[in-house]
Amino acid sequence: MPEQTPDEAISAAGAGAPTDLALAEGDSLEKAPGGPDGTGPDTKPQSLWSDAWRDLRRNPVFIISALIILFLVVISIWPQLIASGDPLDCDLGKAQEGSQSGHPFGYDGQGCDVYTRVVYGARNSVTVGICSTIGVALIGSVLGALAGFFGGWWDAVLSRLTDIFFGIPVVLGGLVFLSVVTSSTVWPVIGFIVLLGWPQIARIARGSVITAKHNDYVQAARALGASNGRMMLRHIAPNAVAPVIVVATIALGTYISLEATLSFLGVGLKPPAVSWGIDISAASQYIRNAPHMLLWPAGALAVTVLAFIMLGDAVRDALDPKLR
Amino acid sequence: MLLEVRDLHVEFHTRDGVVKAVNGVNYSVAEGETLAVLGESGSGKSVTAQAVMGILDMPPGKIAGGEILFKDRDLLKMKKEERRKIRGQEMAMIFQDALSSLNPVLTVGEQLGEMYVVHRGMSRKDAKAKAVELMDRVRIPAARERVGNYPHQFSGGMRQRIMIAMALALEPSLIIADEPTTALDVTVQAQVMDLLAELQRELNMGLILITHDLGVVADVADKIAVMYAGRIVETSPVHDIYKAPAHPYTKGLLASIPRLDQKGQELYAIKGLPPNLLHIPPGCAFNPRCPMAQDVCRTDVPPLYDVAEHRQSACHFWKETLDAR
Repeated sequence: MPEQTPDEAISAAGAGAPTDLALAEGDSLEKAPGGPDGTGPDTKPQSLWSDAWRDLRRNPVFIISALIILFLVVISIWPQLIASGDPLDCDLGKAQEGSQSGHPFGYDGQGCDVYTRVVYGARNSVTVGICSTIGVALIGSVLGALAGFFGGWWDAVLSRLTDIFFGIPVVLGGLVFLSVVTSSTVWPVIGFIVLLGWPQIARIARGSVITAKHNDYVQAARALGASNGRMMLRHIAPNAVAPVIVVATIALGTYISLEATLSFLGVGLKPPAVSWGIDISAASQYIRNAPHMLLWPAGALAVTVLAFIMLGDAVRDALDPKLR
Repeated sequence: MLLEVRDLHVEFHTRDGVVKAVNGVNYSVAEGETLAVLGESGSGKSVTAQAVMGILDMPPGKIAGGEILFKDRDLLKMKKEERRKIRGQEMAMIFQDALSSLNPVLTVGEQLGEMYVVHRGMSRKDAKAKAVELMDRVRIPAARERVGNYPHQFSGGMRQRIMIAMALALEPSLIIADEPTTALDVTVQAQVMDLLAELQRELNMGLILITHDLGVVADVADKIAVMYAGRIVETSPVHDIYKAPAHPYTKGLLASIPRLDQKGQELYAIKGLPPNLLHIPPGCAFNPRCPMAQDVCRTDVPPLYDVAEHRQSACHFWKETLDAR
């Protein structure tokens, strides 16, 4: 027989492979997605994710929104970096006063510094946005993926359940659900958003899992003895996760504005919590006399929501090759 | 006998009714033997294979009867978990379209190595070394450099080699190849087929080769089973069937192969279409298309007549068919 015996082959591969493999890996890391010059024919591995990342880095929409979001996250964690005051240190005597030295955004109706409150307000908005999205994505994608993968009665129950949740008007639901809560922390708001938000992701996840599970390679994996769990985690999930990420990123922006809406209505965050929604609500009565009280928190909210939605758009463009 | 399929019936329950895809199929494969299953699209050859592998979508599919004996154990009576362990280790499948049968987000090395991680509990690193070894074995050039590549970076022939490597990874005793060369161009077809035949000989595996390409079959198969409308209409050792088909359908198939010495003439085609499996014609399913059909063909389902040793034909007029070359 001209072939190597299996033993020889094993020892040959065993001896040479580890070092060579290590080299090959280091190699591809060095050459990893080369910026604008990487347009020529290349033979290095290109996964969906590295492709998407290369796309994103060239997209100005992504760069701008990512910078804004980075800035927001930083000031959420360390608001003292750019605001020296205390958002709760108010002087009624200065109520509604306009811009002045050291207080560029002026004072609000309670005589609090608007600039400080806008800066400190970022923390709650970003927390609500990120935590709700994580909760929604986890619960929604797990439930949706199970429904899509197993089908049957579990799918039927879940699909009707999502229909029911879609029927609940968000603001009305918030008024009912949150008006019984007295806590002034962000957690009831996050809980409410997760409760109403998961069906959206569940639906997306279900759909993309159904699409992915009919792929030949899932069938092939099954023919080679893969278990349900393995097929799901290794073959279906990586091929079904892109739409979930896209929808979740865009939803993040809307969750932030939802928090502001609920706070505006008095059922979201409650004073003494600092929230753009609360400030907008308080300022809305004085819009003619002191518009600055309204414009700054509203502007901050608009920019934040816009940044997250832009990010979602850029991510979608990068992950969905059909839209290119 | 390595694998014996006995009187297998598979149905699909659809909105329009019950589709009888497989109606009493019998075949067997021994170690080191190659069985070619021939037939048009929809003749039930792939469904039979999926039933053997246990990857039939159920529902809508349903195994309505029969036995599948693998090493003398009935697969249909086994627990799910037991069957799963057999897949990949003892029997494996090669699919038609290697590009869609490989996961696009994993490198080929990861996918090949996965076989060892799942079934043998190897570490990722060892599995990767084994993957390189497998790629060498199916003669992928520069295997060591290419183990980290994604499926779309390989050519069609190379991808099919990777599929073969995956199926062979755990040295199963039975391989089912479902039209392994249909998606490849002709020169590559021959290479891939040769490789498959060679590895089969080396490992002494049983091979079920599902195809509609009579040319491929002649070189590699030991025996042939021709399927029509979910039944086997003729089984035969490979060479006899080319010399003298014993069923008009086989005869029609052979006559429709393009031949070099018939340049300029019209190519023969079997008239009509394969039957709708919702309404299989009574009697012999082939009777509406058969040039030899008589009244008996429209009423009586022909049993498998013994034509010669190891040869059977499901035609009332097998003698006439054999004689009328």
